[in-house]
Amino acid sequence: MIKEINNSISPVKELFIEIGGLSIFTVQVLRQLLHRPYEHKEMLKQAYYAGNKTLPLIAVTGFIMGLVLTLQIRPVLVDIGSESILPGMISVSIIREIGPVIAALLCAGKIGSGYGAEISSMKVTEQLDAMEVSGTNPLSYVVMTRVVATTLMVPVLVLVADAIAILGSYIAVNMNTDISLRLFLTQAYRPLSFRDLLPATIKTVIFGFVIGLIGSYKGYYSKRGTEAVGSAANEAVVYASLAIFVIDLVVVQITELLYG
Amino acid sequence: MDEVIRIKNLYKSFEDNEVLKDISLSLRKGENIVVMGRSGIGKSVLIKCIVGLLNHDSGTIEIFNTDISTLGYRQLDSIRKRIGFLFQGSALYDSMNVRENLEFPLLRSRFLEKTDKNINRVIDEVLENVGLLNAKNKMPSELSGGMQKRLGLARTLVLRPQIILYDEPTTGLDPVTSGEIIDLMISVQKKYNTSSIIITHDLKCAKMTANNIKLLKNGVFYAEGTYEEMKKNSNKEIAEYFN
Repeated sequence: MIKEINNSISPVKELFIEIGGLSIFTVQVLRQLLHRPYEHKEMLKQAYYAGNKTLPLIAVTGFIMGLVLTLQIRPVLVDIGSESILPGMISVSIIREIGPVIAALLCAGKIGSGYGAEISSMKVTEQLDAMEVSGTNPLSYVVMTRVVATTLMVPVLVLVADAIAILGSYIAVNMNTDISLRLFLTQAYRPLSFRDLLPATIKTVIFGFVIGLIGSYKGYYSKRGTEAVGSAANEAVVYASLAIFVIDLVVVQITELLYG
Repeated sequence: MDEVIRIKNLYKSFEDNEVLKDISLSLRKGENIVVMGRSGIGKSVLIKCIVGLLNHDSGTIEIFNTDISTLGYRQLDSIRKRIGFLFQGSALYDSMNVRENLEFPLLRSRFLEKTDKNINRVIDEVLENVGLLNAKNKMPSELSGGMQKRLGLARTLVLRPQIILYDEPTTGLDPVTSGEIIDLMISVQKKYNTSSIIITHDLKCAKMTANNIKLLKNGVFYAEGTYEEMKKNSNKEIAEYFN
């Protein structure tokens, strides 16, 4: 009986251990921001890699997202005679919710898993230890630079995804009706307000931070051995994706409370 | 002779597994100590404790007369910069080429003025010492096992360490290449007057480099002496190891 209870408690216990470990890691990483050296060069390099390598994926997905969403919603709006609200409806749903979440999930898959695998592999091959013994703190050089890179780049990538999704939507609308880009954009931006943009932007900054942090955490504390590299990459994606949905839920609730 | 490392009553365990029990050791300036023993006995753990990569449970580790367990991260870093560590798998930064692998610790050191000219001079000198001057722009993956070991050694040398800790420097190498690495270790010691702790299973390496050999078993040093003394030892277990 006690064994059964222990077995059922075990996943919960593991989750709490994971949350505790991640919290301590977060504090350690944030402390690195207060100490020199700031590793600007590495930070820029990581930001370039995070942005440049994810951009094509984000662009293609954003385009398809806008196109498909418009094609799916349009018949419903045509049926109730409200086709004119289509651009506004698409832009609000993309900018407030779909754009940030889909782009962040893609970043978790592309960047987060990459960090998990790369840092885990550095650990397995003792590169992190080599850095430490030569007087370079790997938390600063390897982790902090990557977390800052994703915190800066994920919001930029989300903006790109949003813009391309709206372009995709314009093309989908033009498949059935002839509408100028100017008119489409006017209709798309009319229902948007500051309360749509600010929470969405703040949300993407948090997504970026969490993607970099969880990817690095999973790599940094992975076990030794080649199998651990795969596990670190896999767990980085799973945990970061889960965190994105939880953060999204929390931010939506806070926004609702603040703006009614 | 001056003591550069003094270890007293060192204990280290991983959960229930007590790996090091009451280890004491003293390394003097210019001396080479070779630690031998079976795989998984805790030899690497010992040198990782010395350099602060692993925290020991109890006992003291003094490096240059400073107890490292009392030091903060930054103070420990300044001690670490005087210690070179050659990892078993060389631990080269695989995203950097040969030159960048050497430049990385140099850019973070304080012992030379960081001009391009100075950095190039130090890198060229060290690469020439290990015979890799022509491989400056190659990536670690393009180097053979022996070359990787030499690059690993070059990386420990760029910071002009006073102590070098070698973790199985000849493991996985053919006899000729392993002989080259041993010669290199000896020439490095002569040129830079370093003190070393060498973890090895290689009898040739022990014979050529050791001033003192210590055999580790069940967490304690159970025998020590020069290579000749160990070879002549009548204890069956030691004799098995050295013959």
